[in-house]
Amino acid sequence: MAVTLSERAASHVSNYMVKRGKGIGLRLGVRTSGCSGMAYKLEFADVAHPDDIEFESHGVKVLIDAKSLPYLDGTELDYAREGLNEGFRFNNPNVKDACGCGESFNV
Amino acid sequence: MALLQIAEPGEATAPHQHRLAVGIDLGTTNSLVATVRSGLAVVLSDALGRPLLPSVVRYLPDGHSEVGYEAQAKQALDPRNTVVSVKRFMGRGLHDIEHHEGMPYLFDDAPGMLRLHTVAGLKSPVEVSAEILRTLRLRAEASLGGALLGAVITVPAYFDDAQRQATKDAARVAGLPVLRLLNEPTAAAIAYGLDNAAEGVYAVYDLGGGTFDISILKLARGIFEVLATGGDSALGGDDFDHRIFCWMLEAAELKPLSVEDSRMLLTRAREAKEYLTFHGVAPINARLNSGELVDLTLTTEIFAGITQTLVAKTMQPVKKALRDAGLSVSEVKGVVMVGGATRMPQVQRAVGDFFRQDPLNNLDPDKVVAIGAAKQANLLAGNGAAGDDWLLLDVIPLSLGLETMGGLVEKIIPRNATIPTARAQEFTTFRDGQTALAVHVVQGERELVSDCRSLARFELRGIPPLVAGAARIRVTFQVDADGLLAVTAREQASGVEASIVVKPSYGLSDDEIAGMLKDSLLHVKDDALQRALKESQVDAERLVEAVRAALASDGDLLGAEELARVDRDIASLQAAARGDNRRQIMLAMDDLEADTKDFAARRMDKSIRRAFAGRNINELDSETAVAHTGEPA
Repeated sequence: MAVTLSERAASHVSNYMVKRGKGIGLRLGVRTSGCSGMAYKLEFADVAHPDDIEFESHGVKVLIDAKSLPYLDGTELDYAREGLNEGFRFNNPNVKDACGCGESFNV
Repeated sequence: MALLQIAEPGEATAPHQHRLAVGIDLGTTNSLVATVRSGLAVVLSDALGRPLLPSVVRYLPDGHSEVGYEAQAKQALDPRNTVVSVKRFMGRGLHDIEHHEGMPYLFDDAPGMLRLHTVAGLKSPVEVSAEILRTLRLRAEASLGGALLGAVITVPAYFDDAQRQATKDAARVAGLPVLRLLNEPTAAAIAYGLDNAAEGVYAVYDLGGGTFDISILKLARGIFEVLATGGDSALGGDDFDHRIFCWMLEAAELKPLSVEDSRMLLTRAREAKEYLTFHGVAPINARLNSGELVDLTLTTEIFAGITQTLVAKTMQPVKKALRDAGLSVSEVKGVVMVGGATRMPQVQRAVGDFFRQDPLNNLDPDKVVAIGAAKQANLLAGNGAAGDDWLLLDVIPLSLGLETMGGLVEKIIPRNATIPTARAQEFTTFRDGQTALAVHVVQGERELVSDCRSLARFELRGIPPLVAGAARIRVTFQVDADGLLAVTAREQASGVEASIVVKPSYGLSDDEIAGMLKDSLLHVKDDALQRALKESQVDAERLVEAVRAALASDGDLLGAEELARVDRDIASLQAAARGDNRRQIMLAMDDLEADTKDFAARRMDKSIRRAFAGRNINELDSETAVAHTGEPA
């Protein structure tokens, strides 16, 4: 099982972490909500939880709670631009269908 | 797929619930919009990557308007309908504006706030500012991918209630919810994180394109008090350009120039000024209309010499502001530099020498106010980290009071009182049998009503007739978090009451605002169309990507002819998506979808065949049976 960051995503995360001045890494997760069942969680992590599984990708520590991992296994977190908008995108092979905006999904 | 930002721990929002908030620096010369993205405050640029939006609005005969660089480019051609520096007119009557005779506009001296006659009709400064705010709102929505929760908009520390109310009204007309107004120097201090710094006194030195402001702030218990402000409304970076221009005329011994030549040389002067920020010597080359060549070299020393008086001119208000605040130079803990003109080394040096310390200058001085506003907006929207949920308090810039007998001012809320606040004071009648009381609300530090700004008047009627001095009338001043004032007068015995929310004298009536909102609905359609177009373009891009991915994996399912048709559809969809005809994009999408429908069905068959290959029907049956027993009965 693994979750990775694209190089571009990792460099953005590292930059944000430096500017933020604290934190041990990036927390990814899923939770039930939204129009298609599940939604992504993308947060800074200040502490590790006991049930966290840790990955390292391009120098960034990624923490995922054990319950979320099956839904995210194989995901690559990318950083993308769409017109004026920019931000992180989950390329998640487990997703069967997503709502129109892609913010919530089904596996 | 939506693009996500990194939230603070525990603060990730549910889908479609992002609390998008921005900070806006609504400047005299340029405006900016900034936001906090993944914890980092950034200025949002336009589609061409330009962070600044020139605060210029040009009205067209069809009622539409151009905003920003587009309008700025036409300024010389159409000066009457191209409004620059509208901020100077906000909440102001014609008699408040110095040198208005020399301006190219057709003013209408409307009661309260002046109006401008344009080819698109009579425009209030509020409407002109709303055009700028609307442009920034659309930019922010496109950049953040959703509607805004609200904005923090900055205003000069010396703005009075009328000017603040006008700014809020402009935001309302622009369809932008205001989280709060924030003083510009306070925003600059926040950008440098001084709100988390040690308590003390800070100076904010703001030298913009055409104005100079100095503010002395005191930070105590998370509150920024404005101790003193000062400045020169006719001194800025443009004056430095002009000095170089004059030096060029003398050094090259030029004869009187044509308008085009003057404009061209002024541009060269500005370029030389900017070049000298990072170099010791700036070459200036230009060919005039007459064919004459200008070939000069401007050194840092010459530049510092010819602009020495300008730099010195900024130090006068600095000294005065310190004196007003009752402070000496040694009591100033830090100096924040704001405005593009503070990049000039001689300005940095002069400020450093005066305050005997290096000024804070590691943030872009053009962006520092917008960045501070964005940080504040992010907190107010509830996106801050845990423990970071302090609320920055602000203060009243000028005392609020009312007129008493003899044209004197009785101050109810003193300057620098923290807001929100409410204060009350009791008044009484002056004559026997007096049944009405006129309440005149004023703002300012002076003792005579005639020297202060009149904000509002109203009457309390129905006071029971008593001997003079017997009635007890309680007047309450209430100021909300934006610095806006509501005044209530209540006769204690009878309970009769009258109140007013301050704005009529210099603000706009609700009817006027309703009218402007209606006008702005004209634009709502444009806004919506533009948004729909952007969405279609993104959808088209997504569809092309999806089809391409499918072709890459299962292209062999298509015949040569079908493949050619799909390729053709993709090409025409891409061409349509580059244009601005939404209908064409949608038709091209329909074509591509229709021509790939069979393909999608074949892919589906293939994947089902693959999944079921080598398994018999009994196996599949037993799997479904297991699945069924797994469900509760």
